[in-house]
Amino acid sequence: MPRNTKEIVKFLILTAAVTVAPLFFSGGYLMNVLVFVGINAMLAVALNFLLGFAGQISLGHAAFFGLGAYVSGVLTATYAFNPWLSMLIAAAATFLLAFILGFPILKLKGHYLAMATLGFGIIVYITLNETIDITGGPSGLAGIPNIAIGSFQFDDDVKNFYLIWSFVLVTVLLSLNLANSRIGRALRAIHDSETAARVMGVNVSFLKVQIFALSALISAVAGSLYAHTMTFISPASFGFNFSVELVTMVIIGGLGSIYGSLLGAALLTLLPEFLRAFQDYDITIYGLLLILMTMYMPGGLVRGIPAFVSALLPTRKEGSRENA
Amino acid sequence: MNFSHQIVQYLFSGLSTGAIYSLIGLGFAIIYNATGIINFAQGEFVMLGGMLTYFFLAVVKMPLFASMALAIIISTIIGIVFERLAIRPLKKPTPLNLVIITIGGSIFIRGVAMLVWGKDTHTIPMFSGNEPLLLAGATILPQHMWIFAITLFIIIINKLYFYYSISGKAMRACSYNRNAASLVGIDVKRMVLFSFAISSAMGSVAGMIAAPLTMTSYDVGIMLGLKGFCAAIIGGMSSGIGTVLGGLILGVLESLGAGLLSSGYKDAIAFIILLLILFIRPQGIFKKAETERV
Repeated sequence: MPRNTKEIVKFLILTAAVTVAPLFFSGGYLMNVLVFVGINAMLAVALNFLLGFAGQISLGHAAFFGLGAYVSGVLTATYAFNPWLSMLIAAAATFLLAFILGFPILKLKGHYLAMATLGFGIIVYITLNETIDITGGPSGLAGIPNIAIGSFQFDDDVKNFYLIWSFVLVTVLLSLNLANSRIGRALRAIHDSETAARVMGVNVSFLKVQIFALSALISAVAGSLYAHTMTFISPASFGFNFSVELVTMVIIGGLGSIYGSLLGAALLTLLPEFLRAFQDYDITIYGLLLILMTMYMPGGLVRGIPAFVSALLPTRKEGSRENA
Repeated sequence: MNFSHQIVQYLFSGLSTGAIYSLIGLGFAIIYNATGIINFAQGEFVMLGGMLTYFFLAVVKMPLFASMALAIIISTIIGIVFERLAIRPLKKPTPLNLVIITIGGSIFIRGVAMLVWGKDTHTIPMFSGNEPLLLAGATILPQHMWIFAITLFIIIINKLYFYYSISGKAMRACSYNRNAASLVGIDVKRMVLFSFAISSAMGSVAGMIAAPLTMTSYDVGIMLGLKGFCAAIIGGMSSGIGTVLGGLILGVLESLGAGLLSSGYKDAIAFIILLLILFIRPQGIFKKAETERV
């Protein structure tokens, strides 16, 4: 459990908000959107492990999301596996793949790491498109069953909302624990300087691989949930653009901040819904946001907005001294 | 057509796409050497080259060479503006920030291109007709010859610039040691700007000579850019012959793979090579390993 009271309170507020949200939005279209906010939130929090805590970029996280969705989708739709079992297999398989791949990939740094993860993402994307016998290729895979507990089917937006947001809450809790643990501190040390971390006795390469694999595992679970909620998947949802969108969510919210990732995911999922007129152009706007945020608000919204507000407030002593 | 003719055919088309990858790769390498930045937006200048040429040629109805010249000039200006507005003002130029900024730039340029020109695929006519020539049993289009000639021309100009002009030598000094370069009076910031200008110009040329064969649309930049990067990686990020060879090797492997194995996985071949090289020999296949200075 998170140790300090402030964090427990924050988490309880989030839990309460999630519990009551369907009372306000139930039945509406927004409920459906909130289900996707949940999936993206899981992905953003998972990517934040890597990008925010450890400072390692991945431009291929959509691939892990896609692998989770497809393993789960194919096992249930084609081979009639139980959805829970297939989710487990999807998570385990993706974890294993990321773990094996992690060793060579995370030896790379900066630009090279970005390119390698990007290349991996594109290879997965091409494979999903080309293995038509298994995945159905570009036209997609249909007939994926909903998740069920006994005879209780998660077959409408409210039920799916609670299902997915329980996973989000677990992910957030995991993330809070991780941030406050020895591993979390070691990761932040890696973020600041790998050499310094190594000198302090952190097993840098193994830790990076572990966090990469964990992040991939959560992304795969999110993928599996996505497949069972949508009941239809196609490779287009798991391409390069989506990887970039995930990075954008984490950056906009604030690198390293768990609630920032939630905020980023919520904003980037909700905004396009309200800006229907910009449907084709949302990715263009993300591009601009990425540049502007990195240049002018590198701490993201969760740090940038409080800083901005406190700069505006006249009570600050430094401010008044400057005016005088 | 028998098997050996087929192979020759694949070799030729592979070499011509490879020449294009070389040009794009050189663009990556020039910026990398001057600044340490991998410019993820490099591919978008390739797209701009093709799309701007199409625009001036087919929409504004200008003659081919005027369209090409204008396309190069505009792409170069966009490259300069990008460096001035997005790269130079960056307060903390960490690799992560630079990756994010150049990706942001690439998405933005691509998005604006889609706004302006729509999502359709366009083509521009071949520079000198499409009567194929027969050579060693393979058919070659005059456009292939154009590609070889223009690539060769640019490589020679490039070489002359870097070895015989003051600003080229200054740029090389920057790539060896930026602090030392600035101590002997080289304006490093200006060299960075130059490197972006040269790279975007070269990228746009690659885009326009490829467009008659491969078509062009707002989104061709991603793939072409990545393959150019792959060429540069094979060549160990050298702004010389290594990257050129890297591009040619990649082009030929891709063409043979697509022809003999499977065309669906054609694009995957480049990325598998990319990953293999990054995993096994990140310093490129022509270079000795360097130790990292902390």
